[in-house]
Amino acid sequence: MTEVEETLKRIQSHKGVIGTMVVNAEGIPIRTTLDNSTTVQYAGLLHQLTIKAKSTIRDIDPQNDLTFLRIRSKKHEIMVAPDKEYLLIVIQNPCE
Amino acid sequence: MAPKSPQSRRKKPTPGKKKRKPVLPANEEEEPVNMESMGHPEIYPLVLTTKTQEIFNCRIDEDFTDEMPYKIIKKEDIFEDLRNRAAVSDFHPVKKVIQEYPGNELLLVYDKDFKYGLNFYIIGTEEGKENYLNASEVQEDQEEYKEFIPEEIYTYIPPVSKPWVSLGSEKEIEEESVKKSTKQVTYMISRKRSEFGAPITFRDQNASSVKDAYIECTAYPDKNFTLKQLEKNVGMQAVPQVQDTSTQTKWTYPKNASTQYYAREFSEEEKERLGQSKSLTDFLNNVSTSVEIALQQNEITNLFIDDWKSLAEEEGTFGDKTNTHLKEYQSFTDLHSQMEKMITCVSWHPTIYGLIVVSVAVRLSFEERVHFSGRLLLQPSLILFWSFSDPIHPQLMLESPDDIFCFKFCPSDPNIIAGGCINGQIVLWDITTYADRIESTKADGGGNKKTTLKPMFLLEPDGNKEATYIRHCAVSSIESGHRSVITDIHWLADTFEINRFGSVFENRNEICCQLVTCSADCTICFWDIRPLKTLTPTLPTEKKKEESIEIPFDVPSTFLHLDLSWKPLTRIKLSKGETNLDHCPTKISLSEEQLLYKISDKLLDQTKVTEVNLYHNLEAGLANLLKPIDDFCTKFFVGTEEGEVIYTDWKMEKDPDTGRMMAKKPKSLYSVHDGPVHTVQRSPFYNDIILTVGGWNVAIWKEGVMSGPLLQTCCAAKRYTAGHWSLTRPGVFYIGREDGYIDVWDLLEKTHEPAQSQNICITMITYIEPWTFSAKQQFIAIADYYGTLHILEIPWTLSHPSTNEVSSVNYYFEREVKHLEYVEQRRSIREQEKKEMELEMEKRKHKTHHKSKEQMEAELKMDYESYLELEKITLIGLGLAKASETSHMEMM
Repeated sequence: MTEVEETLKRIQSHKGVIGTMVVNAEGIPIRTTLDNSTTVQYAGLLHQLTIKAKSTIRDIDPQNDLTFLRIRSKKHEIMVAPDKEYLLIVIQNPCE
Repeated sequence: MAPKSPQSRRKKPTPGKKKRKPVLPANEEEEPVNMESMGHPEIYPLVLTTKTQEIFNCRIDEDFTDEMPYKIIKKEDIFEDLRNRAAVSDFHPVKKVIQEYPGNELLLVYDKDFKYGLNFYIIGTEEGKENYLNASEVQEDQEEYKEFIPEEIYTYIPPVSKPWVSLGSEKEIEEESVKKSTKQVTYMISRKRSEFGAPITFRDQNASSVKDAYIECTAYPDKNFTLKQLEKNVGMQAVPQVQDTSTQTKWTYPKNASTQYYAREFSEEEKERLGQSKSLTDFLNNVSTSVEIALQQNEITNLFIDDWKSLAEEEGTFGDKTNTHLKEYQSFTDLHSQMEKMITCVSWHPTIYGLIVVSVAVRLSFEERVHFSGRLLLQPSLILFWSFSDPIHPQLMLESPDDIFCFKFCPSDPNIIAGGCINGQIVLWDITTYADRIESTKADGGGNKKTTLKPMFLLEPDGNKEATYIRHCAVSSIESGHRSVITDIHWLADTFEINRFGSVFENRNEICCQLVTCSADCTICFWDIRPLKTLTPTLPTEKKKEESIEIPFDVPSTFLHLDLSWKPLTRIKLSKGETNLDHCPTKISLSEEQLLYKISDKLLDQTKVTEVNLYHNLEAGLANLLKPIDDFCTKFFVGTEEGEVIYTDWKMEKDPDTGRMMAKKPKSLYSVHDGPVHTVQRSPFYNDIILTVGGWNVAIWKEGVMSGPLLQTCCAAKRYTAGHWSLTRPGVFYIGREDGYIDVWDLLEKTHEPAQSQNICITMITYIEPWTFSAKQQFIAIADYYGTLHILEIPWTLSHPSTNEVSSVNYYFEREVKHLEYVEQRRSIREQEKKEMELEMEKRKHKTHHKSKEQMEAELKMDYESYLELEKITLIGLGLAKASETSHMEMM
């Protein structure tokens, strides 16, 4: 298996992980473990949110940059790891 | 002397045209007017009065004729008249003419035609007289001439120039012509010829420097022309200043705009390509570490837990926490019945607060029923509607042909109730018309919400309402229905419907239209409340003869089509196989129960008046057109009278032998109870956990686990007669005993005995039904054998689940399942072990047979000797035998 698949599988196998997806810089999903409609929804929304968060950090301190974004909700936690070209989104249910 | 007005003269009526004449001032000096202007200067018109005419004998019609309209009058006569009458005389105006007249006789002509304006005229000259006289003669001649020679040749007479007669026109011309008044002045100016055409040189000159170089007319204020206006008339109008302006603006109005789009996606190849790209690999390598750290953090601990909060229970408790007992709230008894009744079934009204419905039956055994059958017929069998507000009078009473043993509200319409009778009939009621009556009791019940415990005497009963019996709407057919008491009745959920063969289809009407009943005649029947389309049209006359029963007016005709002719859709017989004895079902539990009752909105109520109620417009479903639902669980649990729990299927299958559709054999059968199973109920929290209560014990089952019940309690001291899950706590259920005690079981506390036990009444409890009204108020209705319905309030501890109770109970069940599996495994292992042991035993037996007889004797002897040794030692040890005696034994 390719390295990409391996990494994604490893992440997916963590406890409580509901879904993983890789999205490009424009919000178009590349790889995902969820169904299409959910993926598209998550990708679009989180992509915008990441851009907003990044611009916020940059506005406050131009030398700073966004490294990780974690959104905790009642039901689960969404983790977004941004990069120049891609975005890795992981959804985990932390409660046992 | 006053001047004679000419008007007196003109007063004579002058018919005909009257030309306006210049007024003559009658002065004696004035010249008489003559007809100069008309070319006859000798004619002087006159007016002669009648007197004058008489005097001169010139009366108009007598003396004058047409031929001779003139008269010669002597001058002296006229003068005489003038002297006599002076100014009055008619000849006065022409006095002068007469005086100047040369002749003696004047000619007076009667002017009949008023040619000259007046009725007479005098010819003032002799020539004129002559002319006139001749003219008349000539005229006469001419007339005579004319008679003779009508045609006369016109001869041209060239005009002869006549001497010019001045008529005064040259005077006028002279007056009009322009003459120079002054002599004209002439100037002669001369210049030298050479100076003409010479170039001109102009020179400027200041006008003021040279005297008299210019003449000016200076303006000066002339006092004649300055007028001082002393008075001025001014008019004012107050007008508001109004200005009309207009502008053109750009009108922005809201416009609906929408775009249809779909999310951008990569195609598969692109995804593959990107997946292989190096950039993605690098990215993931960089990022995965941080992501994994984050994931692990979450796995280790939940950072956001508030530990303090999780320590304690949820919100503050309402009331005493230590109080775990059910509190008595109210109780209802029907005081009006003559015979002793027991309550067979209880149900809370699904939508109205504070309304509980009870079915009562007489407390007689079968023999007694037969004995008292006469009296029983006179008594109405009732379903009573009790409201919290009125503990004495029931709100409604539904009448049925016989005692009802079970009934249910229709989930889609709480005004329709179906009940099962003791004689095997199903009875349907439609109380839509009385719905407002029972709804009005809501107002009274609402006041109770605030104080949970209110003494009963403070509750005001709702006046003295006449409780009326409401007749049933329809009953099923006696011949084709059940033959014995109907023990359980359920409405099928409105999501599906079944056909004759038990296949499941989707339900297009959004209402529950099918029922399932089970009865003591060992059958389970499915019923449809819609009118069936009969294949063969029945003759109408025959129908009329049969159904000559008159239906009272106040019964709604919702189910008229079903009345007395209602047949079940399909029937399942629970047979025990080859034997004639069949299973007698007491309770059934379907997998898909309609748990939610449709609560009608107030808005919907208003529209319902105009809309036709769905139940009044039922049409038979055409099963051919409906979509069949696959994967539908058609299996259900049945509890029987013998204490067995059967898991069977209602879908029919084709029997291979006969080719007909037959009911399937039960999938599994368990005999766990020692008495008839009276409760088969699914848990409201888990759809596959079933509680069965019967005989002396309770069993909890999980659907799908075939090996046995998850939990089976040990036999209790008293028989269990009623049972129900708690509606809010997943691990709690209530069991009613035959001595009037209610046991509350809590699976998380103890599983071998009830958590608490409480006495409710003195007699057997027949039915338990809890109901949740709000988060703070939960009631449990307990019906007993003596016909009293007790309403108790469930305390906080029993109604509120602890945190994670659902998961805990779920975990418990899972453990039990695992336990069962383990038991199964162990059983199989045990069996295996047993088999092995048996085999070994067998082998060993075989081995002993091979030994010879001598060897056996020698072995026996050796055994005996060793036994003797043992005996000796024991006796010496006991001190019973002496050493000498022992040698004695040895010798033996």
